[in-house]
Amino acid sequence: MHIPDGFLDAKTAVISAGMAVAGIGVALRAVRRASAARRVPLIGLAAAFVFAAQMLNFPVAGGTSGHLIGAVLVAVLLGPSAAVLAMTAVLVVQCFMFADGGVTALGANVFNMAIVAPGVGYAIYALVRRAAGDSLRSRLLATAFAAWCSTVVAAIVCAGQLALAGTVAWKVAFPAMAGIHMLIAIGEAVITTLVVAAVARARPELLASHPSTSASSRYIELTAYGLLVSLGLVIFVAPFASSWPDGLEKVAAALGFEHKAAATSIMAAPFSNYTIPGFQSAVSSTIVAGGVGLLLAFVLAYVLARALTPQGDAAHGRGAGGASPHA
Amino acid sequence: MAAAPEVRPPMHDELLNPYRHGDSLIHRLPAAVKLLVAAACVLVSVLLPRTAWPAYAGMGAGLLLVALLTAVPLRHLGWRLLLAEPFAVGVALLALLQDHGVQVFLAMLAKSTLCLFCIILLNSTTRFTDLLQVFRRLRVPALLVVTLALMHRYLFVLVEETARLRRARRSRTFTTGRVFGWGLTATVAAQLFIRTSERAERVYAAMCARGWKL
Repeated sequence: MHIPDGFLDAKTAVISAGMAVAGIGVALRAVRRASAARRVPLIGLAAAFVFAAQMLNFPVAGGTSGHLIGAVLVAVLLGPSAAVLAMTAVLVVQCFMFADGGVTALGANVFNMAIVAPGVGYAIYALVRRAAGDSLRSRLLATAFAAWCSTVVAAIVCAGQLALAGTVAWKVAFPAMAGIHMLIAIGEAVITTLVVAAVARARPELLASHPSTSASSRYIELTAYGLLVSLGLVIFVAPFASSWPDGLEKVAAALGFEHKAAATSIMAAPFSNYTIPGFQSAVSSTIVAGGVGLLLAFVLAYVLARALTPQGDAAHGRGAGGASPHA
Repeated sequence: MAAAPEVRPPMHDELLNPYRHGDSLIHRLPAAVKLLVAAACVLVSVLLPRTAWPAYAGMGAGLLLVALLTAVPLRHLGWRLLLAEPFAVGVALLALLQDHGVQVFLAMLAKSTLCLFCIILLNSTTRFTDLLQVFRRLRVPALLVVTLALMHRYLFVLVEETARLRRARRSRTFTTGRVFGWGLTATVAAQLFIRTSERAERVYAAMCARGWKL
């Protein structure tokens, strides 16, 4: 999901960078306000942990292998703002040390993977936990579902950015990104849940309550991320989703760079606007698939949570949940 | 790098640390200058119109000249470019699926390759810690710089720790089953997290002992 340099235009890059900066600002404020000095090294090391954990290979079919993304894992283990900072650090290091993800696209990458992914992930985690209770099983259910949703939402926002930049048309970017990431998200959900379950087995107190922040400040934090994510969806996704047939053309017209598309379409006449069959229906069928995927993901999360909690361990999980305030 | 053998320390270092020490003109330039020039190059190649092929070629030639000036082995630069390129190609492939996609694909590929090469030249001749100093001078919030510095400092430690955990796991289990394997790898990741949080406690104590304050 790392966008390289050259795939975003100035407008998209600047808008995403602005929203990324706002998100990092919220996270910095939250961590500073909690005056949790002891958590600063933990955040830095958690970033290194995500990087190291991404190097662990999980074999998938046919010699390919996947790896953890880690946003929801860190959000569940350390809380949303710590996750925002840790994932930002991971992306900055990947960008400057490994040329993974572009410099001009750094804002967009940080927004997608360090703000949308942990923000959406943590919000869903908190919602499901509120609904399902405080047992280990409900935690794992919440983790798995949150991991799936956050990966898919981040991918959709990424597709929206590519489309808004005019690099890849929405009717291609959305089905491709959402489709691939609905599958990747299954892996992410399974791995994240397995890791959280293993941490809970070995050190239940690490999973305990979220350190530092009070309920009210966490509420403010989550509201801020929620606003940013919704803003991202409105800017990057809504223009295309509202009128899928020609969303891009409308935006192009509105922003006055229609002529660019016209100029280029002369060069490649064989594919005029809607001659590639399947892509139009691909958008709507991707939306349908997304709905089905959401249901399946919830079922998967439920099955995983059941499988990973030993019989009679739910009570144990609850005990650990309330026990120690420190992690 | 799907085909790489699992653990090989020197290889790890080669992969993890892009910096190659040298005494060239480029190495001696202040990090701030290198960062700004690299950023400017990236910006220019991003903003170039899609069909500006001669300009791409010119920039490529210029960057190659700089690469020769740095005296960093071209093999190293090429290797790192090769490692980073698949990600760019992956996204560019999406562009192929649409109308007049071939042209967009080629332009994207040229732009992203130029930018990748810029950044690789930067990180091959500049230590990440020097870049962090520049970030600090650019008024990046201190908390973020500290997070980055800690991450960079413990990156190598934790990657080695991961390698040790994996070696320990491999010497004790004999299964290659997929489902079971996932569980075991997840346990390794969980153990790594536990060790990480314990190490963070010790690091915090050490930082406090040296008078650190948020």
